[in-house]
Amino acid sequence: MGRVIFHRSFVVGLLGLILVLLVSLPLYHPSTYVLVLLTAIFMYIVLTLSWVIFSGPTGYISLASAAFFGVGIYTSAVFGKVISLPLVIGIGALASFFLALLVGALTLRLRGIYFSIFTFGLVVLIQQLLLWWEVVKMHTRGRFVIVVNNTTIYYVMLIILVVLMFTTYLIRRSKYGLALQSIGEDEEAAAHSGINTTVLKTITFAISAFFTGAAGSIMATRWTYIDPYIAFNPLFSFLPVLMAIFGGIGHLFGPVLGATIFGYLEEVLITKFPYYYMLIFGTILVIAILYLPGGLVGLMQKWQKGDLAGQHGNS
Amino acid sequence: MGMTVLNVVISGLLMGGIYALIAMGLSLQYGVGRVFNISHGEFIMVGAFFTWALFSAFGVNPLVSLVIVGPVTFIIGFVLYRTIFSRLRIKSPSPAAFEGSSMLAAFGILFIIQNIVLAIWGANIRGYTYLATGVNFGGAVFAANRLVTLSFAIMIGLAFYIFLAHTRLGKAIRAAAQDPVTAGLMGVNINLVLALCFGFGALMAGLAGTLVSMCYSVDATMGLGYTIIAIIVVVLGGLGSIPGSFFGGFILGLIGSIVTYIEPGLSLAAYYGIFMLLLIVRPAGILGR
Repeated sequence: MGRVIFHRSFVVGLLGLILVLLVSLPLYHPSTYVLVLLTAIFMYIVLTLSWVIFSGPTGYISLASAAFFGVGIYTSAVFGKVISLPLVIGIGALASFFLALLVGALTLRLRGIYFSIFTFGLVVLIQQLLLWWEVVKMHTRGRFVIVVNNTTIYYVMLIILVVLMFTTYLIRRSKYGLALQSIGEDEEAAAHSGINTTVLKTITFAISAFFTGAAGSIMATRWTYIDPYIAFNPLFSFLPVLMAIFGGIGHLFGPVLGATIFGYLEEVLITKFPYYYMLIFGTILVIAILYLPGGLVGLMQKWQKGDLAGQHGNS
Repeated sequence: MGMTVLNVVISGLLMGGIYALIAMGLSLQYGVGRVFNISHGEFIMVGAFFTWALFSAFGVNPLVSLVIVGPVTFIIGFVLYRTIFSRLRIKSPSPAAFEGSSMLAAFGILFIIQNIVLAIWGANIRGYTYLATGVNFGGAVFAANRLVTLSFAIMIGLAFYIFLAHTRLGKAIRAAAQDPVTAGLMGVNINLVLALCFGFGALMAGLAGTLVSMCYSVDATMGLGYTIIAIIVVVLGGLGSIPGSFFGGFILGLIGSIVTYIEPGLSLAAYYGIFMLLLIVRPAGILGR
């Protein structure tokens, strides 16, 4: 699975260059549009990569992203006025982390598809309970969120993204990554070879939720007003799955690629043609599942392999 | 007090009829075909929109629409299975892998159907009035359309049950539900049977959509809520058990009606709560084998 597409030093150099460019970008006073667009793309990469950390190797399709994202958003809305921004993000991330620990401990014994249904149910359960609490008990609906300037949001999202990418890379390289992979291939065999599958799955699930929650707490500050339907929008559960599958989950760059393409497409299309955007979205999802089992990255690897085989045949 | 109990029970049964129908449809698709069809509710939505469009444009009686909506949704479902899901089934290395990939493909179909409808008819909430007169039922008053809905739901459900129990195709479907591989070895054309099951599932969703549109308003995003109810009922009734889904529908309808009576804002949350509890405690379902 971990076939290197490009030469390693080239990749490290390229990544470093991109990072320097992204970090220095606000110094050139770009338009608000560029900053907001990049922030949105970063957000999708964070959501997608954190989904992939857990669901990629294990094969358990989690639809809980929107729940953790929403927990982050609500943390920001509740605490944003009283404590400082880094603390808010930390609380949002940790709240999601512990929610995921609880949910994981309860449900990761469930068979694959039941886990998916359960995690999706979680999103709507929290949404409905919160709505009931706000409307019936508090007689309000929604909350206002403290506004933060776009450059700060941009930097915070970039930091979350870099830390997440580094974490993903470390997990994939470590023996935990290997253990997760073996759970995805054959869970029983993994358990027999001495892996505590439940603990490993639960902790990885919680790590993935940590980043999703962090992303939610910073994104909330862009939206000034939120309510349970905005914060716990099931779309945020589906989008990361699609972006990951479209890009390819076998390689670290797959999700990044998928999220970047869709993040950009969304910004361009959604205001003008919202229905067609979602229509294209669904069509690509079906096509990707039918014809691109390895996603875009898988396709690129196949081409590369084809080239190599061709050269080999000629020599 | 006796009056309230009667009221709650009857509204539960009325809702339960619809739930039973959509759950039977999903049970065919998931219980037999292993397609975790998250786009099930979209067929309900399509059925409801067709009925509304026929009624408002040509004044077609919704009960007549049943005869039109049924074949249309059946064909859509059948074609979708033949083009997408049968291909995925052949390509998937294991049944579990097929469940995952078919669920994701169904998500794609959900977005496609929903947004085609949005592009044609827009996001407005639609509705029409049909048989809205009150019927006195042992002291409790109900709209006539809801009673028509319930009786048609029961009739369709029973008709399908008889079809399953007494025809050769029904037997083939039941065999495929128990063990697709062995059924295939016994000479059942398994690909055709699974495609038919998916078509029948879509058909029942479409018919349920027509019935729903008689009592409730219709909009393009209504599908997912019904899908989730269908999933809950199918799990409640036990996977692959058609009678289980039928009775499970009525049970959930009653639960919903009771919760709505106690605390209206919490009915959806209660569904999920019960469902999640059920998943943890008894994943095989209450009536499951």
